[in-house]
Amino acid sequence: MSANISDPSLLRGLTQRRLGRRDALRLSGLAGLGAALAACGVQGKGKPSASVAPDAVAKFWTGKASTKHVDFAGWPLYMDPKKPELKKFTAETGISVNYQEVIQEMAPWFAKVQPQLAAGQSIGYDLMVITNSYQFTQFRESGFLAPLDHSKLPNFTKNAAPAYTKEAFDPGNVYSVPWASGMTGIAYDPAKLGGRKITKLADLWDPAFKGKVGMFSDTQELANFGLMALGIDPAKSTQDDWKKAADHLKKQKSDGIVRNYYDQSYVDALGKGEVWITQAWSGDIFQKNVSEGRNLQFVLPEEGATIWTDNMTIPITAKSPLDAIALMDFFYKPEIAGSLAEYINYVTPVPGAQAVIKADAAKLSGDEKKSMEEIANSNLVFPTDADYAKLHYYVSFETAEENQNFQKTFEPIVLG
Amino acid sequence: MDRVKRQLAPYLLILPGGLWLLLFFVVPMVAMLSLSLQQGDVVNGYRFTFHWQNYTEAIEAYNTQLIRSLIYGVIATIILIILAFPVAYWIAFYGGKRKSTYLFLLLLPFFVSFVLRTISWRQILTDDGPVLSPLKSIGLLPESYHILGTAPAVICGLVYNFLPFMVLPVYVALERIDPRVVEAARDLYANPATSFRKVILPLALPGVFAGVLMSFVPVSSDYVNSEVLGSSSTTMIGQVIQKQYLNNSDYPTASALSFILMAVLLVGIFAYARALGTEDVMKVAAR
Repeated sequence: MSANISDPSLLRGLTQRRLGRRDALRLSGLAGLGAALAACGVQGKGKPSASVAPDAVAKFWTGKASTKHVDFAGWPLYMDPKKPELKKFTAETGISVNYQEVIQEMAPWFAKVQPQLAAGQSIGYDLMVITNSYQFTQFRESGFLAPLDHSKLPNFTKNAAPAYTKEAFDPGNVYSVPWASGMTGIAYDPAKLGGRKITKLADLWDPAFKGKVGMFSDTQELANFGLMALGIDPAKSTQDDWKKAADHLKKQKSDGIVRNYYDQSYVDALGKGEVWITQAWSGDIFQKNVSEGRNLQFVLPEEGATIWTDNMTIPITAKSPLDAIALMDFFYKPEIAGSLAEYINYVTPVPGAQAVIKADAAKLSGDEKKSMEEIANSNLVFPTDADYAKLHYYVSFETAEENQNFQKTFEPIVLG
Repeated sequence: MDRVKRQLAPYLLILPGGLWLLLFFVVPMVAMLSLSLQQGDVVNGYRFTFHWQNYTEAIEAYNTQLIRSLIYGVIATIILIILAFPVAYWIAFYGGKRKSTYLFLLLLPFFVSFVLRTISWRQILTDDGPVLSPLKSIGLLPESYHILGTAPAVICGLVYNFLPFMVLPVYVALERIDPRVVEAARDLYANPATSFRKVILPLALPGVFAGVLMSFVPVSSDYVNSEVLGSSSTTMIGQVIQKQYLNNSDYPTASALSFILMAVLLVGIFAYARALGTEDVMKVAAR
């Protein structure tokens, strides 16, 4: 998403006549019913500009008081279930944390909290982890994200990798700081494949795996693979490319190859043998293997894979933003970032974490030492430049209309 | 004065129920009707513009799922009648003193949420689950064989979950049959088959009608069974509506689809009532 997007709401305001309630009445002639119907309108909250007003930070943060408690909305498989990092945070600061794995996919999460945020009500969380997908733009454009006060983020300023401070979806980290990055690739269960190695996207279209292939129900994730399988870079794709990719994906479905389109539940489906080969997020498979002693494999396909960033953000209606931003910053201490990466095996935005993991490995012995060293050298946690060259960014939308067309192109595939 | 009171009494009595209906049926209906004619997007808000295209676009985009839901609904309802009638018949005529025990057993599954029961079927029938795994390991079934994600799985789930809704009304109708009527039929030299066809079945029809009403409508709009037991090739219209509301925040399309579904179901029910002869059915049912 380029930094100079013209705001969709502004565009629409210029090109379309806004119909007020009175216009609707005049049009209808059915004054009574019309009034009743029009009164049921759904309130949006379009902000006139994507750029943040200079005093917005001060305006949001003045008068905020600490409540010594943070409600944190995260994703499954995104933290050690014993939550050692949060325990340390509570021990150091006296702030208690209620961590809930309530987010499984971006679109339903946005749809769930949008009405409360639009009404200016608390969503019950002070901190939430959201992906840099279209919904990130929706959150930002709707004015649902609190502008961050960087004077409260000393660890972030000191320790974050430079690349993460200028990502296109939020340059300068006005609203968000990364939680972790990850790659979307292919996971498979070697026990089911009889020695066959999965190396490329085309394997997801192989009739040999009929009824045993899992794809993502998130339209962006799905579309990315359709595009890359045809050799198209998602970030540079056009509407014509989308149609071609959609046809390719439709064929995969009509040939009976796809078993189903999954949200986070794909991990479970792979574990249960419902699918043998599936679209997957890099760290999940590692955690599944660790927690269940499995030998599932994750590969970045030859044709390319995508990289995304999940970000910590503070909803504008948060009750306890001061404690939330303290927790945000806490995750930028190298030892905390290292401890998190050791467990979740996703790309950490803190390069200093690598030294921490290596030091941890030195303290261990035998198999444990070996697996910790593997993490320190894993290209899934610390990707090399060669890896980055293979990774693509998401499709970016210039306007809301473009996004709607995109959804209309790919959604029928998921819904069948 | 007394007469006025007496005349007002029935109206006063229906007032609470009437208000309840008004609040919880009419108000949401108006709100949905309004939504279904709005235009816009969730960030900028939806505005009421008599946007009838929502309806045509929804039909165009989702007619497959709509037709699929109706087909599943009809198949499941027919299976329900076939399964439920003998059960109801047996309890009504041979249940004896234990009738209420049998009815209780029939309702026992309701003590567990039906979503949970459906999910447990998913665990049981999963590809490497306790049912398929042994059959696969002795080579009776190919390794890629699966039950979940297919249309039969979804239809079986629907039948399983809605069986009591068919058994109970049929049972009530059968239970009310005066045994002397059946005896009279036998006295007049009707053999068992004839007395069933000419006496019992017509008297049970109102029960079947009520059962169809109570099962066909929720079965056709169900979204849990297809979500849990099905796959993207078994998507039903209820799932589409749910996704549009809770995934895409596309309230207008979701509302339009809801009204379309309601209209289609009403037409279906009226056609069915017509075929059975509504007048008669209602008359017998009202007895």
